Amino acid sequence: MTGRTIVFIFSILALSACAPTVRAPATLYDQLGGNAGIARLTDAAIDQYAADPRVAPMFDHVDIGRFRRVFAEYICVVSDGPCRYTGASMADAHRGMNLHEGQFNAIVEDLTAAMTSVHVSVPTQNRLIKRLAKVRTDVLYK
Amino acid sequence: MIANSVNPSSANVCMRWAIAFFFIAIAHAARAGDGRLIATGGATEVEGSAGGGLVPWAVLAGYGTRDEIGGSVFRTQLQLPDYRLDAYGGAFTIDNRVEFSLARDRFDLGTLGKAIGMPGAALRQNVMGVKVRLAGDLVYGDLPQISIGAQYKHDLDFSIPKLVGARHDSGTDVYITATHLELAALDGYDLLWNLTVRSSNANQFGLLGFGGDRGDRRWLAEGSVAMLFDPHWAAGVEYRQKPDHLSFAREDNAADVFLAWFANKHVAVIGSWVELGSIAGLARQRGAYLSLQGSF
Ligand code: HEM
Repeated sequence: MTGRTIVFIFSILALSACAPTVRAPATLYDQLGGNAGIARLTDAAIDQYAADPRVAPMFDHVDIGRFRRVFAEYICVVSDGPCRYTGASMADAHRGMNLHEGQFNAIVEDLTAAMTSVHVSVPTQNRLIKRLAKVRTDVLYK
Repeated sequence: MIANSVNPSSANVCMRWAIAFFFIAIAHAARAGDGRLIATGGATEVEGSAGGGLVPWAVLAGYGTRDEIGGSVFRTQLQLPDYRLDAYGGAFTIDNRVEFSLARDRFDLGTLGKAIGMPGAALRQNVMGVKVRLAGDLVYGDLPQISIGAQYKHDLDFSIPKLVGARHDSGTDVYITATHLELAALDGYDLLWNLTVRSSNANQFGLLGFGGDRGDRRWLAEGSVAMLFDPHWAAGVEYRQKPDHLSFAREDNAADVFLAWFANKHVAVIGSWVELGSIAGLARQRGAYLSLQGSF
């Protein structure tokens, strides 16, 4: 390595140290676009559920206005947002539905499609799915 | 027997199986599933088991959940400087618990065939596989998916393998494999890892027979790591130890880098660059691998 190259590399390093560091949004809630982003995501998710024959029948007699509200609260809380969840526990909410693995994955696919449709990035999608995946055993075969 | 061309009747065996799978699938249409997430059926390795291209994974072929059936068919070609490997076959999975597979490998001797005065000569083997998921899930929970499997391989062209010192014309590999998808693990991207430990006496996957003057069965380690750019695209690397039990020619370990595209739950295309090292005295056998997979 020549002396000039070394000086050059050091000046690049020095420059990048001075550059203002772009901080990633602190919480997943921020990455999802806060309350407004989560509201858009919830609407998109409900549209996906309604169009999915594996999921839609389960919502036949559900008060969608209420579901929209508590689902958004749930996503907000799960993503470390400043909300309070007022709905039922995951086990209680899905009791008696006897949901099977395929339906759970259908929800994951619908949510993924919904997030893509409202331009949530793939890493943010994965981070939310990772958190939601934890409730799987609470929800299935109940 | 040396096959100068693919024997039509035996070549049809796998095709018939594929068709049989297809009809079984239709018969079970009510339970035929696409309940698992895209890409979780993996690709098909050259011996017919669901996995990467060279390494079987703990995942089972197709997209059926524990309430469904699933399956896949594949066709793979690997072009090396002096040889060519063709593989095709199918797999069938019941309740995401047990996978049955069949594959035909055909190794065109290319340069070597000409050198020994048998242009167009090939080594062929049939592989019958079974894999059982013991525990865990690829995606959900902290435990990796863990499966055990066996691959019974039978050479159709044993005279060359015998000549170079192979002991048997058939053999059974057994393996245990663990695979897990770590969600959002790599800067938010999903990361898949796989570890397989195999007991085998197969020389060059079995194409050069089983066992040799330098030993018989031994334990071999295999592994894969892949990153998913989104649910449809994955890129990764694989490594597979191979025995080296014929003193007539060195056998090297295998490795590859791959890019896989899962168009949907029915079609996947996998391109790869495979390094097989020295084969039957011809060094630096590396080349492009292309695999097409259909699944349900
Ligand atoms: C990641 C997985 C899931 C999450 C995070 C989730 C979340 C929620 C939330 C927050 C509620 C509102 C609870 C309440 O009403 O107090 C709910 C209700 C509901 N969920 Fe899920 N859910 C999941 C999976 C599923 C699946 C797989 C299905 C069926 C395909 C499903 C169907 C329903 C239905 C039908 C309701 C309405 C229940 C009612 O109001 O009586 N959910 N879910």
